[in-house]
Amino acid sequence: MADALLAVEDLSVEYRGLRGAARAVDRVSFEVAPGEVLGLAGESGCGKSTLALAIPRLLRAPAVITSGSVRLGGRDILELDDRRLRSIRWSEIAMVFQNAMNALNPVMRLGSQFADVIRTHTGLGRARALERAAELCTLVGIDPARLRSYPHELSGGMRQRAALAIALALEPKLVIMDEPTTALDVVLQREIMEEITALRERLGFAVLFITHDISLLIEVADRIAIMYGGRIVEQAPARSFLESAAHPYTRGLLASFPSIDDDGERLTGIPGSPPSLIDPPAGCGFAARCTLASDRCRETPPFVEIAPAHRAACWEVGA
Amino acid sequence: MSRLPRRVLFYLAAGAVAVTLNFFLPRLMPGDPATTLVATYSGQLTAEDLQALRDAYGLVDAPLWQQFATYLSHLFRGELGVSLSQFPTPVTEVIGTGFGWSLLLGLVSVLLSFAIGSVIGAVAAWRRGSRFDSIAPPVALFAGSFPYFFMALLALYLFAVQWQLLPLGQAYGFDVEPGLNAAFAADVLAHLVLPAGTVVLVSIGGWVLNMRNTMIGVLDEDYLLMAEAKGLSTPRVVGSYAARNAILPTFTLLGLSIGNVFAGQLLTEVVFSYPGLGYQLYQAVTTHDYPLMQALFLLITVSILVVNLLVDVAYVLLDPRVR
Repeated sequence: MADALLAVEDLSVEYRGLRGAARAVDRVSFEVAPGEVLGLAGESGCGKSTLALAIPRLLRAPAVITSGSVRLGGRDILELDDRRLRSIRWSEIAMVFQNAMNALNPVMRLGSQFADVIRTHTGLGRARALERAAELCTLVGIDPARLRSYPHELSGGMRQRAALAIALALEPKLVIMDEPTTALDVVLQREIMEEITALRERLGFAVLFITHDISLLIEVADRIAIMYGGRIVEQAPARSFLESAAHPYTRGLLASFPSIDDDGERLTGIPGSPPSLIDPPAGCGFAARCTLASDRCRETPPFVEIAPAHRAACWEVGA
Repeated sequence: MSRLPRRVLFYLAAGAVAVTLNFFLPRLMPGDPATTLVATYSGQLTAEDLQALRDAYGLVDAPLWQQFATYLSHLFRGELGVSLSQFPTPVTEVIGTGFGWSLLLGLVSVLLSFAIGSVIGAVAAWRRGSRFDSIAPPVALFAGSFPYFFMALLALYLFAVQWQLLPLGQAYGFDVEPGLNAAFAADVLAHLVLPAGTVVLVSIGGWVLNMRNTMIGVLDEDYLLMAEAKGLSTPRVVGSYAARNAILPTFTLLGLSIGNVFAGQLLTEVVFSYPGLGYQLYQAVTTHDYPLMQALFLLITVSILVVNLLVDVAYVLLDPRVR
């Protein structure tokens, strides 16, 4: 994809600790096209949130980006100086965090939390910034009078809508959403997802949607990437994902969700636990838990195309 | 706003208890103040003088409840009796001057210490692990671990005696006329440097550690990550997001510290012969000036209650979640 909006290549992130470095993200490459929704799924600790924070360079010590590039519209974000980095944050890449209660400043009125980011990036006056904030609130279905409220005075759903509205304040081309609905109950989750879909159709921003919930991704994403032990192990179009998923780990994940036409079949989990990130096994990280594993799996499988627009890193299903 | 009326009620009740204790405690002591007082002055004063003194202070042989009623009614009229050591100046007048000086010394030193300490703590937390972080907080703690009187006497010796850069004591020099002019203000300021400076030096470590610890907790919050993701300037992130939230727990401690100001900074005022409440309390004790002591205790308790109430009000303004 030459016209990719975001192109991540060979990105590695390590957490440096006393017991050695844990490689949370291991040579990850992927692209997001303008207006596309890329879903990134994986279990807890697979490195998906680390990856989300690495893109706008929000990681703090002891996390260190050790290799790779993150190109956004031609520039490598990893090469930018502090001033440039600050100027592309939010104006080009905005974020929605998992829990809006924690992501909104508890001692600041909602309006000010819109106004500060709008004023920093556009130079508008406070009154104009608040007008813009009111428009955004209307856009996501919040009464603009709520701008005078503090976060704790809003309901959970309203807070997440507000976080969404703040993310859209500068009309970014890319919004990274890190489990934006995980903290909400299923009804609200549905509401917020519909809101996101509607806004995206209207404003045309691209989304990197991170979650542990594959069933959610199958509904909203254009493409789905599966992460395991710091690596992307499979990437495929969402439409045919259920049928075409090929990697043994992905199939294991799908088998651990109940289906709607469940005929009483027992759900199967994946036996074993994820590999150590400090001292990862040689070769395929999933081999120890995999029923198809063979001697070949001691070498790292290449991430190859196994069907059009469908890649997987597995000796058994790939080359 | 249901929290505030409840707090006000609490402070009113606490104030009533304090006023009552202030009356009964001296009377529970063996060898009550009245006897000591009369015994001390009996040689110097005539019988009429003694009677006048008894009347003035309410030292009558009336039943306790009647004395209490008299005490209360005097209290409401602002009559706290006559000082014995500075006879016949009313106690309220004696305290009035001391109150001003204590307030000046106390507020200046506590607020300076709080402000400087919190800024150092915030910067240390923000640049955790940096050279600043590994030097500033330990140095502040080291300064605070000296006994105060040692630090104060050392400073007094070096700056006032050895190098003669600063005045030895008192709140202002004998050669300046008190008044609202620049010369007097400068003189008061010069006399404030040593007492306030030494207090700041020994108390700053606590503020540094407090701020550093709460701020490190706040830095892990998602709203800080979001503030950085928003591309806001560093002063904005540190000020409006990090320090603004981290200051809340520290603020309660500030209330306690300001409350203690009214107890007079006893050691400070004695070492620098600063004419505040602490110095007066010290003198009242050494001269057995019971009316003055009683009035000072009352003032201290009531002031601490008032300041804590004010801090409660200010806290409500600072933290919208407790409204």
